[in-house]
Amino acid sequence: MAVVEDGTLNSAKGAKRPIRLFRNPMAKIASIPMILTAMVVFVGGTVWTIVHSFTGSRLLPKLNWVGFDQYERLWDTPRWLISISNLALYGICSLILTLTIGFILAALLDRKIRFESAFRTIFLYPFALSFVVTGLAWQWILNPDFGLQSLVQGWGWESFQFDPLNNPDIVMFGLLIAGIWQGSGLIMCIMLAGLRGIDEDIWKAARVDGIGTVKTYVRIIIPMMRPVFITSLVLIASGIIKLYDLVVAQTNGGPGISSEVPAKYVINYMFQAQNLGQGFAASTMMLCSVIIILIPWAYLEFGGRKNA
Amino acid sequence: MKLTTKLLAATAIVSASAASAVELEVTHWWTSGGEAAAVAKFAEAWNAAGNTWVDGAIAGSGGTARPIIISRILGGDPMGATQLNHGRQAEELIEAGMMLDLTDVAEAGGWADIVNPSSLLDSCTLDGRIYCVPVNIHSAQWLWLSHEAYEKAGQPVPSDWNEFVASAPALTEAGIVPLAMGQQGWQQNLAFGAITIAVAGTDAWREVTLNKNADVARGPEYTAVFEAVADARELARESNVQDWNQATNMVITGMAGAQLMGDWAQGEFSVAGQVEGEDYSCLPGLGLNEILDTGGDAFYFPANDDPEITAAQKELAALLISPEVQVSFNLAKGSLPVRGDIDMAAANGCMQKGLGILADGGVLPSGDQALSADTQTQIEDLMAEFWSGDMPAADAQARYADLIAAAD
Repeated sequence: MAVVEDGTLNSAKGAKRPIRLFRNPMAKIASIPMILTAMVVFVGGTVWTIVHSFTGSRLLPKLNWVGFDQYERLWDTPRWLISISNLALYGICSLILTLTIGFILAALLDRKIRFESAFRTIFLYPFALSFVVTGLAWQWILNPDFGLQSLVQGWGWESFQFDPLNNPDIVMFGLLIAGIWQGSGLIMCIMLAGLRGIDEDIWKAARVDGIGTVKTYVRIIIPMMRPVFITSLVLIASGIIKLYDLVVAQTNGGPGISSEVPAKYVINYMFQAQNLGQGFAASTMMLCSVIIILIPWAYLEFGGRKNA
Repeated sequence: MKLTTKLLAATAIVSASAASAVELEVTHWWTSGGEAAAVAKFAEAWNAAGNTWVDGAIAGSGGTARPIIISRILGGDPMGATQLNHGRQAEELIEAGMMLDLTDVAEAGGWADIVNPSSLLDSCTLDGRIYCVPVNIHSAQWLWLSHEAYEKAGQPVPSDWNEFVASAPALTEAGIVPLAMGQQGWQQNLAFGAITIAVAGTDAWREVTLNKNADVARGPEYTAVFEAVADARELARESNVQDWNQATNMVITGMAGAQLMGDWAQGEFSVAGQVEGEDYSCLPGLGLNEILDTGGDAFYFPANDDPEITAAQKELAALLISPEVQVSFNLAKGSLPVRGDIDMAAANGCMQKGLGILADGGVLPSGDQALSADTQTQIEDLMAEFWSGDMPAADAQARYADLIAAAD
């Protein structure tokens, strides 16, 4: 492999090397608007935000430097610390449960059951709802006076207690239920597509070797579905980081500040508290956390493949 | 079909009248029934003067509307006039020269003499220039009591906060939540503020809130306050509603004994057909310290290049504070007028109590006027955490004092 690569490189050097920048000019011209958008809006906006997070900007952005004051205040604020730990809890649980439930549902549907498309539609339906609708619906379902708790008590189980949204210790699980209900349908569909992409012959070969169904899934099918898992992982992770509307609709951070999340802190401090500097510092920290997770993963995923 | 016709007709009327007079778009967040009725009084008066009021109501609370209003002004699309709470919310916009200077209107109208309390005009003033028109006064230090709940518990209706706390066990025994409390930071902060003024008195409050003296906030007066708030927290344990009007509804239906809420709760009792003194009682200053803060609403006029619009803005500013408009607006809104020289005989018992306190000068500036939005949000976060958990009073006091020390 390496020898072949060297060979092509040498032959390219020998011939008159075309300037890569001008190859296929039409495609490059066509992508200039997108490149500009990415540079100005994404990179420019990010840099602007980071720069202003070192200022004492209040309602209007100003360039009065205050050093790391905003960050010091941020990491001294209990609400921010609670937000971070909430997001970590929600993130880990949501990642594991959504992947597991999504895969199990997909595997069940893949067993050539009857009414497969009907079930698929039912499972995917929650994803068609926005987070705001999901949050409101689950706020009502989990309401102790009208929802699940009163329903079960009405069936005769008088001592039944399930009131997560008013209990600071377990409120995050109330959010988690809604998040998984909404998100696992999409993951199921992606997994199902992955399962359908597995060659029938693999199954036949496994059957010939006398490997059980579950073992086939765990040892053969799942390793083969690595790209599908990566796609699902990216989708779930981006959903976790931007967790905001579900919280606003379902609990609005309550009871107290026990279900606050970082994105809500950013919005509240930028607009309600009219303290842009503090909001920018918090959003810069969110960016940092994404980068810390993303870089090792990207290195493993893309850097690793070249050496393989 | 019918609705479409109505909308078309309304549009036709608006566009027909727009041609003849100056059009001013006015943004505000008064969208509940009583509030909409009140803002209609402004619109009527303005239209009667031969102009056009273009209503720019923004649904949601001030927290939703304020960012929209501010970003429109910053984005170069200013409205003719806008509601904001008087206080420090528009401070930076004024400093950036984005608000119209109303000093000449104020001098012509003699606002300095008629606005009572004068602190309202002070919070519209920056460097000696006046930038807003105060239109009403809302105060937060009210305890609302349910007569039905006290009948059920077989107790006399308390006449101050201490009696209320003493009567709480009887209420609990009768299966009534002693204190209704919406689980939102601003409501818990409001309750904290009301208890502070009642328990610590105005001197300590002034020292902490106006002078940002953290030593007083760490002192014994505030220790008593935080212990009282911790007691109130236990009384409100069983109350798990969110919005303030749901909490008021618990008082109206006798499910809760009392609520700490501003004078706007009055509107909910009126809508429910309840009579002051028979079905419910109100105790300004919690019955301990008959003093009200004077927050409220004010109108600001974003600066504009068009001289015709600027003239109209000044005309509207003078109209909003004129005696007739003040009476009709405040009766509909349930708030107190900003002028001491008008006849409010039509007001009900609770409003009369408030007017009496105003006339006696028992007023304080509101927290909005004294503390920046940033500090307010931090204190609300602290209160939300304190009320919903088991934080010891001493910890909350220490953190509160730190926030005061860092406030600007």
